[in-house]
Amino acid sequence: MLAILLATLVLHLTDLIILFVSTCANAWRRHGDASYDLWYDCTQNNGGYHCRGTSDADWLQAVQALMVLATIFCLISFIIFLCQLFTLVKGGRFFFTAVFQVLASLFVMSGAIIYTVMSPGWKDDSENYGYAFVLAWLAFPLTLISGFIYIVLRKKE
Amino acid sequence: MLSVLALTSVVLLGIASQTTAIVVYTSWERHALVGSDVRLSCSFFSWQWTSPDVTFSWHYRPDGARDSVAIFHYGGGAPYVDNKGPFRDRLEFVGNPSRRDGSILIKNVDFGDNGTFTCDAKNPPDIAGRPSSVRLLVFEKVPVQAGVITGAIIGVVLGLLILVVAIYYLMRFLVARRVFSLSMSKHGKKGKGKEGSQQKQASFGCDGSGQAEGGSIREEETGVSQREEIGIVEQRARAPEWGCLNPDPSPGRGSGVGEAGQGSYDH
Repeated sequence: MLAILLATLVLHLTDLIILFVSTCANAWRRHGDASYDLWYDCTQNNGGYHCRGTSDADWLQAVQALMVLATIFCLISFIIFLCQLFTLVKGGRFFFTAVFQVLASLFVMSGAIIYTVMSPGWKDDSENYGYAFVLAWLAFPLTLISGFIYIVLRKKE
Repeated sequence: MLSVLALTSVVLLGIASQTTAIVVYTSWERHALVGSDVRLSCSFFSWQWTSPDVTFSWHYRPDGARDSVAIFHYGGGAPYVDNKGPFRDRLEFVGNPSRRDGSILIKNVDFGDNGTFTCDAKNPPDIAGRPSSVRLLVFEKVPVQAGVITGAIIGVVLGLLILVVAIYYLMRFLVARRVFSLSMSKHGKKGKGKEGSQQKQASFGCDGSGQAEGGSIREEETGVSQREEIGIVEQRARAPEWGCLNPDPSPGRGSGVGEAGQGSYDH
């Protein structure tokens, strides 16, 4: 079923892109013009960006590591999917692809949960979560669904 | 060749001794916990021999202040520590001037000791040079450096992944060498994973199509069994491990394998 295969591929690529953007963009929290986390504290004043490194908090480094690992595992799972597409036996399941994809979803879930729980409270009302944070939370169910699809999917001719 | 080398080195040394400038080395930054002792090291490089009149002097400028105060001086073969300033009774000279080491030890640091310490060394006649500074930062709790935890988590997880993959391939290799033997159902399931095309042809489930694939096993193993006994033993080990639960290969398959090694085993 070519349609299902294409849909699965598109979903996996979407996951990969979402994870990359969420990990690399520095927009987990916004405060007016300033953007904080995951890598820099950037403020904008007088028409220039001033970025300095984030605080060395332990939980923030753990979130960084988990997001990077989730992205790596999603990428590995994509490569394994392409490999298995050509080398798998007829009727075989995409077992390894599913394993890596589910692991990626677990990592991104842990990262998002740790960030949500440990991020400091709002200083005032103009502070809110940025789009990278939303994408991280979005990536978790998408990767999980993608992983389950791979568990169920069988290679036909 | 050797004479040219010797001449070049003498000329360079002669040139260098004309353009001496003493170079003073200290750390860039020192971190310390409140109440601990911190050693500020200072050393220098000079083309001249270490003279007996070598001097070291340390100045201190607190954070936010403009001027620096002298807190230590070594000269004429004797150290002179601060006995009126912020470091009285807390400063100790732990260096060795004959070895070009002018380090000092500050005991029981406090938050008021945050600042810049400047070391100036002079080695007559080599006195032209610039002093070097070290910043002291006093912490209540030493923070984890940026990226240590990140790198540790990523490294451990990727390392575990590589370890698992390596163990998996090692087990496969050992099973093929008949050192270990795995249960057949497990191996049948694993045969559908990402293995080479060789295994793809040879791995099959209990779906009754053993005959058709037996032919492909034959092709693989005739190519493999150029070696004598070991190759044949391998095939014999392999054949009952794949496929269905019957230990005896089907007659079609047996004859196919038997072509590779004539009469080395018979049923």
